[in-house]
Amino acid sequence: MQDSSNAIRLISAIAAIIFGSGGIIALFYLANMAVNRLPYRSRSRILPWVYMVPALTVLGAFLILPTIRTLIISFMDRQSTAFVGLDNYIFAFTDPNMLIAFRNNVLWLVLVTGISVGLGLIIAVLVDRVKYEPLAKALIFMPMAISFVGASVIWRFVYAYQPPGVEQIGLLNAIAVALGFEPIGWLVNKAVNNFALIAIMIWLQTGFAMVLLSSAVKGIPKDVIEAARIDGASELQIFWRITIPMISSTIVVVSTTIIVLVLKVFDIVFVMTGGNLDTDVIASRMIKEMFNFRNFGRGSAIAVILLLAVIPVMVVNIRRFQQQEVNR
Amino acid sequence: MTGVTKLRSSQSRTVADRLETWLTAAPVHFTVIALALLWTLPTAGLLISSLRQPEVLLETGWWTVLTPPLDLNQFHLGNYAAVLSGQGMAQAFLNSLIISIPATIMPIAIATFAAYALAWMQFPGRQILFIIIVGLLVVPLQMTLIPVLRAYNTLGLSGTFLGVWLAHTGYGMPLGIYLLRNYIGTLPRDLIEAAAVDGASHLKIFTRIVVPLSTPAIASFAVFQFLWVWNDLLVALVYLGGNQTVAPVTLVLRNLVGDRGQDWHLLTAGAFISMIVPLLVFFALQRYFVRGLLAGSVKG
Repeated sequence: MQDSSNAIRLISAIAAIIFGSGGIIALFYLANMAVNRLPYRSRSRILPWVYMVPALTVLGAFLILPTIRTLIISFMDRQSTAFVGLDNYIFAFTDPNMLIAFRNNVLWLVLVTGISVGLGLIIAVLVDRVKYEPLAKALIFMPMAISFVGASVIWRFVYAYQPPGVEQIGLLNAIAVALGFEPIGWLVNKAVNNFALIAIMIWLQTGFAMVLLSSAVKGIPKDVIEAARIDGASELQIFWRITIPMISSTIVVVSTTIIVLVLKVFDIVFVMTGGNLDTDVIASRMIKEMFNFRNFGRGSAIAVILLLAVIPVMVVNIRRFQQQEVNR
Repeated sequence: MTGVTKLRSSQSRTVADRLETWLTAAPVHFTVIALALLWTLPTAGLLISSLRQPEVLLETGWWTVLTPPLDLNQFHLGNYAAVLSGQGMAQAFLNSLIISIPATIMPIAIATFAAYALAWMQFPGRQILFIIIVGLLVVPLQMTLIPVLRAYNTLGLSGTFLGVWLAHTGYGMPLGIYLLRNYIGTLPRDLIEAAAVDGASHLKIFTRIVVPLSTPAIASFAVFQFLWVWNDLLVALVYLGGNQTVAPVTLVLRNLVGDRGQDWHLLTAGAFISMIVPLLVFFALQRYFVRGLLAGSVKG
């Protein structure tokens, strides 16, 4: 029974691969042939759209139309039957749990962005001077390949708690006990649980920051640094006066990317604490409103707040892109 | 300038100078090695624990395996067998493959065509379309979940692989088009114009010139999209719902945390099973992954 359903699944997956690559390419071939029968003038007008339509369809169906729809639903009640004005937004900005989520999100944004970019920059500069650079970089970068769920399990184990007197199996509590402290419930103690979750995200993102910043550091012309050295600049002066200004645009890109990622991450909170004990963030609240409370109006309003938060990044990206186009 | 450096390096052969170089370099080595170890330790702990006996795992820390370092009897593969058959991890692993491969190939095919049109075809609205796509790069998925889920419920697509494939195709599209259009746009103009003058159609230029030359960019996007889909929890959670027969590894692992949160032998082995494919892809294709990151570091 199980085997036959698996066989069906495998066949449907293979069919999807054929449909996904072969099917779509065949579709392009057919459309291309049909367009080729048209006179030249209308042909060159229609052909670009043949290439664009599949992409525009999925973009429209999965991103543009749903975004507009969510905007509308955010002004409606829980089952989207009647308009309720700004009620959902008033809830989002006054509910005590939401306010905690906002506070946590600010903590996440400041700490994850600041520490992973700062640490990534330090590693990028230091690693440039050692021979085993590729190995060190690969080890620090590796968490990027691990899912948020996988990382959550890894860190749940690091944070594991046993009552005092029993041997600790979590690394962090074992260290705490060895240093003579009481074991700490890292995920239940409200003073530390948010920081425990934030540490996971820093662990995941530092490698990303390091890789991008390291390639920027390598892009600094060697003679600039050499000249500064001959003029008697110390390594620290070189770092602050030359390295940082010369890679500032990369620092901005890395920071904005991490900011957007942090705003959207819900998995870590969802898996580690379920948002209990004051650990919710905006993105995990949204899923809670949607699934647990089935309040689509409130869930949508929270999603809109997330969108508003990333709009500045969106504007910066578009500006940067237009700049690139001009420079081409 | 080079003369000065040469002079200095030839002098530094004396023992005192060497010691000085070594002493100034020591803090750098120490910091780099310490950070690399610190970053690896949590994963190493997980891997070692997943190979230990369930009872021992709950009694002593994983680092105690280092005290009788050559005692290989303390390791076994039983946890993997238990989580693969008993907790449905084998099924989930298969499901993850079934989800990830089409959800990687479909967006590549669609995005490459669109990227070519945006880079090398003349049509009205080309610029504004690309600006919209750049803007869509950072739209939070959360903005789309409720309407798409409702549409899926009406169409009977929720809980199906097709629904997840299409959703990932849509969500991966902005990055795919952005990455590929930037790359395809830098191909030499002469090459493409010469082919056009020789009478090659757009389709021929696309299949014979553009796609072969763009393989590095396509590979970068493929690695990126594959890791993204394999590691995704949100899309699977929302669109596959509670349907356990189609759940990928991330969803099963998450449920395992909820139901068997203290069974560390299952959790550690399960987590490692969910990580093995991305880690292999990552180490084998790190070059492409980094290139994709450098080119597309605007996606959130």
